[in-house]
Amino acid sequence: MSFDTRLAEIRFGTGLSPRVAAPGDASQMLERLAGPDQAALNFPVRGFDAHLSLIAAYTQTRRGMRDLKGPAKTEKRDEMRLMRKDATRAGLEEFRMVLARGVSTQDGFRERLVSFWADHFTAVPDGGLTAPSILGYQEDAIRPYVTGRFADLLKAAVTHPLMLVYLDQDRSTGPGSRAGRNGKRGLNENLAREVLELHTLGVDGPYSQADVRQLAELFTGMSVRLSDGFVFKSRMAEPGAETVLGKTYGGDGASVDAIFAALDDLALHPATARHLAGKLAAHFVADVPAPKLVDHVAGAYLRSDGDLIATYGALLEHPFAWMPDRTKARQPYDFLVAALRALAVPNDQLTGLRPGLVRRAFLRPMTAMGQTFSRPPGPDGWPEAAAHWITPQGLAARIEWSMKAPEALLPALPDPREFVEHALGGLAGADLQFAVSAAETRADGVAMVLISPEFQRR
Amino acid sequence: MTGLSRRAFIARSGVLGCSLAASPFVTPVTLAAAPWDARLVVIILRGAMDGLDVVQPYGDPDLAGLRPTLGARGADEAIDLDGFYALHPGLADLMPLWGAGELGFAHAVSTPYRDKRSHFDGQDLLEAGTGFDVGPSAVRDGWLNRMLQSMPDVTAETAYAIGQGELRLLSGDAAASSWSPGTRLGLSEATETLMARVAATDPLIASAFTRAVAIADTLDETLTDEAAKSGAGGHHRRVAEFAALRLKAETRVAAFSINGWDTHANQSRSLNRPLSALSETILTLKAALGPVWGKTAVLAMTEFGRTARENGSRGTDHGTGGVMLLAGGAIRGGRVYGDWPGLGEGDLYGGRDLMPTADVRAYAGAAMTGLFGLSAGDIERTVFPGLDLGAPPDILL
Repeated sequence: MSFDTRLAEIRFGTGLSPRVAAPGDASQMLERLAGPDQAALNFPVRGFDAHLSLIAAYTQTRRGMRDLKGPAKTEKRDEMRLMRKDATRAGLEEFRMVLARGVSTQDGFRERLVSFWADHFTAVPDGGLTAPSILGYQEDAIRPYVTGRFADLLKAAVTHPLMLVYLDQDRSTGPGSRAGRNGKRGLNENLAREVLELHTLGVDGPYSQADVRQLAELFTGMSVRLSDGFVFKSRMAEPGAETVLGKTYGGDGASVDAIFAALDDLALHPATARHLAGKLAAHFVADVPAPKLVDHVAGAYLRSDGDLIATYGALLEHPFAWMPDRTKARQPYDFLVAALRALAVPNDQLTGLRPGLVRRAFLRPMTAMGQTFSRPPGPDGWPEAAAHWITPQGLAARIEWSMKAPEALLPALPDPREFVEHALGGLAGADLQFAVSAAETRADGVAMVLISPEFQRR
Repeated sequence: MTGLSRRAFIARSGVLGCSLAASPFVTPVTLAAAPWDARLVVIILRGAMDGLDVVQPYGDPDLAGLRPTLGARGADEAIDLDGFYALHPGLADLMPLWGAGELGFAHAVSTPYRDKRSHFDGQDLLEAGTGFDVGPSAVRDGWLNRMLQSMPDVTAETAYAIGQGELRLLSGDAAASSWSPGTRLGLSEATETLMARVAATDPLIASAFTRAVAIADTLDETLTDEAAKSGAGGHHRRVAEFAALRLKAETRVAAFSINGWDTHANQSRSLNRPLSALSETILTLKAALGPVWGKTAVLAMTEFGRTARENGSRGTDHGTGGVMLLAGGAIRGGRVYGDWPGLGEGDLYGGRDLMPTADVRAYAGAAMTGLFGLSAGDIERTVFPGLDLGAPPDILL
């Protein structure tokens, strides 16, 4: 079991493409990761600040409306409606750019890693005007860090305004702090618990309720201001030192440095190494990965002090990573990107789609397939198990999409007998080969390929 | 516990004691018909519902001090249940069911899950139905599926998981279906045949394909226009209508989730939406089931309760003991079951949470023995391994 260019694209990338050459070996995959983020340069997406100032302006408009009456109030209300509409349209336009990155990139592993870490650090904004800010979060707090050290990714995600709001950290107040002394506001453990349980050590990790509580006290002070984004409010910070996993942090005046020190230590904990290695292997290789593979990846993580490219390198060099059996199911988002890539939908066609079609052709079908884009049901993100995704309902929605969407997105459908090669590069079995030539229409033949186990698995 | 709450507690347990002694455990419904005549609906309330706010023990003198802004609502007639507990106003539409004996609650209940207070572990354990010592990861199937495994004549139509994604509660070796209302396939017969052949090389995909085709076919004929049309925000009603449609036909067990209970902040506002979804779900089930409602038991349960004290953001954090909702014509409603542990400093679990005085699985076990004739041994060995059912609460008619 060794490197296979098709598996490199199917298992670790965004799928095979008739337009883009697959990487020739694992070191080429790693070199591309270490190089510039070409896809982000080609298809720019706004950072979180743009969303934040929009949310601030909206909030201000709403506040200003309170004292108004009559036509002046109606005018403000219309203004707010327009702001919401613009924000939604801008979000849909940017979603096209994110899709186009995966569809046209030579560096598909990077796109998959961005999705993986965005899921690991799930943060979900409210709906309406704030919903598109998820793209800004992923652009700022996840994407630039997926090729660096895990500690830096952890710090960027955990201190991001969206995460602080999503897991209620922005309100958490030290009981002994200046802001907490009157007893009206108090501690909120949510973020501290998820950092230990989900982001670092894992739920089976060596921590107790006391560690959660202490980390929650250490986290107090991290908050959000609409005008500035992340702020450290010392008046909310619990005074004194806190002890997490037996080590003491802070005590010499509250600051974000003590929080960073604790996150640095958590990042390099052996339990974190195993947790992350297990998740990477489960996401890319097998729902229940071989312990040897996990050990190998965790070892590389610890030896490199949490260097992510070294960690990915360990994953790619292990023979188990190249097992010919493809047992993972493509998640709905990855299925759509892989389909668009195999169909070779031109970039300008994709980035020129009307916002309404973006919603109808991608976002709604994804929900029907069981994966509302970047809105998993909880901070633990999406499940890995193939059986979670391949249900009667989930498959039915994939069939609906495969029958209708390609025709709506392309001026002309490919010949199914060529398409099966574009999509699978010789991995199609005899039944699929027969079915594409026997299909009643081109649309049926194309759908047959997209629905086949050969295409659904990775 | 103070004098007042202790008296209230003794008075209520007296009522419960009498009813336990007076009525046979096996219900007329189950005596009259085959094991599969009754219907069971299980709703998982994800996010940890705050039992102390939903069924508020306003008669407990310690409540007001613990919850300065969520407060004690007092004995408002419109929502007062029994002079000690009051219903959250968000469920006020269900008061007629309470009056008719078709709505009840079990208070101070929990799964065996303790201390880590993680939603995901808590939900896994609630759906796995195991003890805390076993660990949810050691058991792959859900307790509702194991119930099916111990019943005769189970087909894929017997049980439905409704909604998108897999419901662990119903996953396992026994056949069960899952569907989200509103899906259409539109395949020609020839295409369907070819696609089946392509899918056949992969057992997981093949079985999903066969069932998707079968369900989509029947759906076209049966789902009412009204149900098919109910749009955004009405998802829970569509789920309830689909469940009722199936339960009136061959299906006997339906399960689905209602999310949104994780009220860490501004609970007085954030709890309203999930409560209204729960209320509308139950009322939709009752209306759509018609006479079948009379032999239906609905159990709504959550992974754990929330802290007895309000937090600094006018919300509550992850706790332990909580409340379970019972509804349907087959349940003995109009009462709040359970031993009230009190909310005094020494009464709280870990000094912070409502102390659980009963295992939520005991109530679910009691419902399954009564509805489907499972023995206590089936429940304790297979469905909820390690559970001591004890003298099961007499929650069915």
